[in-house]
Amino acid sequence: MPRKRLDLTFPPRQATKPVTYHLVKDFDLVPNILRAQIHPGQEGRMVLEVTGRKEDFEAGVAFLESEGIVVKPAATDICLDEEKCVLCGLCTAVCRPGALTLNGRGDELVFDKDKCVYCEACVVACPRRAITLSF
Amino acid sequence: MAKTWDEINERIVSGAAVVLTAEEFAELAAGVGVSEAAARVDVVTTGTFGPMCSSGVMLNFGHSDPPIRMSRITLNDVEAYGGLAAVDTYLGVTQQSSTRGIEYGGAHVIEDLLAGKAVRLRAWSSGTDCYPRTEIDTWVRLQDLNQAYFFNPRNAYQNYAVAVNSSERVLHTYMGTLLPHLGNATYCSAGALSPLLNDPTYRTIGVGSRIFVAGAPGFVAWEGTQHNPNQQRDEHGVPLAPAGTLAVIADMKRASTRFFAAASMTGYGVSAFVGIGVPIPVLDEEIAATLALTDADISATVFDYGVQRRSRPALGQVTYAELRSGTIEVQGKKVPTGPISSRAKAREIAAELKRWIAEERFTLAEPLKPLPQPGEQGVKPLEIRSEEAI
Repeated sequence: MPRKRLDLTFPPRQATKPVTYHLVKDFDLVPNILRAQIHPGQEGRMVLEVTGRKEDFEAGVAFLESEGIVVKPAATDICLDEEKCVLCGLCTAVCRPGALTLNGRGDELVFDKDKCVYCEACVVACPRRAITLSF
Repeated sequence: MAKTWDEINERIVSGAAVVLTAEEFAELAAGVGVSEAAARVDVVTTGTFGPMCSSGVMLNFGHSDPPIRMSRITLNDVEAYGGLAAVDTYLGVTQQSSTRGIEYGGAHVIEDLLAGKAVRLRAWSSGTDCYPRTEIDTWVRLQDLNQAYFFNPRNAYQNYAVAVNSSERVLHTYMGTLLPHLGNATYCSAGALSPLLNDPTYRTIGVGSRIFVAGAPGFVAWEGTQHNPNQQRDEHGVPLAPAGTLAVIADMKRASTRFFAAASMTGYGVSAFVGIGVPIPVLDEEIAATLALTDADISATVFDYGVQRRSRPALGQVTYAELRSGTIEVQGKKVPTGPISSRAKAREIAAELKRWIAEERFTLAEPLKPLPQPGEQGVKPLEIRSEEAI
């Protein structure tokens, strides 16, 4: 079954709505929350990986949008500006899933796409601003 | 067999000198033994490339017509020091832009100048009889300046802390983002490639030493600020925590963006990666023995940055080999590690310096004055007290 990553932005009034429950129950989708920042009364953000049939996926997204949630495709890759990168390794220090690593001699930054949860910690940590997310 | 500085320099000038990087020398010594390696090799090159906040450049702009005695100076909206002579200034790397905050600072201005870009110079003055102009707004490039030289008060720290965070919250520090509950550890040293770890008691590195600074030939100008030779040391005499430092000077016009890179540390501010390389003459077997040390032989102390005090609690020692393996153990917990200092660049600097010596006949300078030695002056804290109490 196809799997897609979605970046959801919740307006303040919707931040407490149990939307993932409805995605499972009403649309037969399998959501995997990669990250979420939701505080009652404030704008929230959630990155979801959703597995399910195409028509269920489309209906699920339509449901989310009808609830006032802004649905965008989530980042699926990171871009490294190799001109700017000095291979310091600071991004690897904040990458909890271990998607960014330096090779044994420290001469190359290796990105393992499968491990990345697109938390953006590397984007923020990079002192050279050499990392950006791509969609 | 001992060699003298003169003998080594003669070999460099005649093109006969054997020069290896610290990594190559350690490998050779592991194979043939320290005394054989000492006999075969004349010079070992070291390098480091990490954020070094205590850096900056001295600039002289030349005089406008009519002239101005600049008392407030900005370069691309970054303030430079206005308390020097009319058109001299010092631009520190950590000074932040008044318009772009920590995304652009003194380090970025220096990087732009090194890249050949024009930088907007604005200055203000009250005006005097000899310097009547009160304002100036113009553009300058590195090539237009009379003098432009690095004067970095503290570079090339001899070892550094390993940073962890035992507190409940994420900390944004000059050591990078530290995750709560010992969630990660960061470290900032080139380890076995690092200049002062290869000459731990400053036998060959002192005032007047000829070195590599940001891609330019330069000198050790003085001991660096916070130079602390009295740090605890291991059986090889290598400090276990931040110890010696170097103040360095070099012609900015010969430097390169390959070896100088502006940095913006989120939640902390602007800094700069500075490339420093130091050649070490293999004078005798004692020097060779420390040059042969590897990351497995050199340790750093883990400090808890979760305690926001001058003296942070030390949580043990780890070797650079452990740090580079990706995980260390702190208080029984496995903690993932990440570097801040670029190993790849440190290696590139050591290789470039090796090339200078071998191909360009870059000779070594015996120190004119030694750095303060272990047992001499240390580092003092700043106590908060009243005038009456002093």
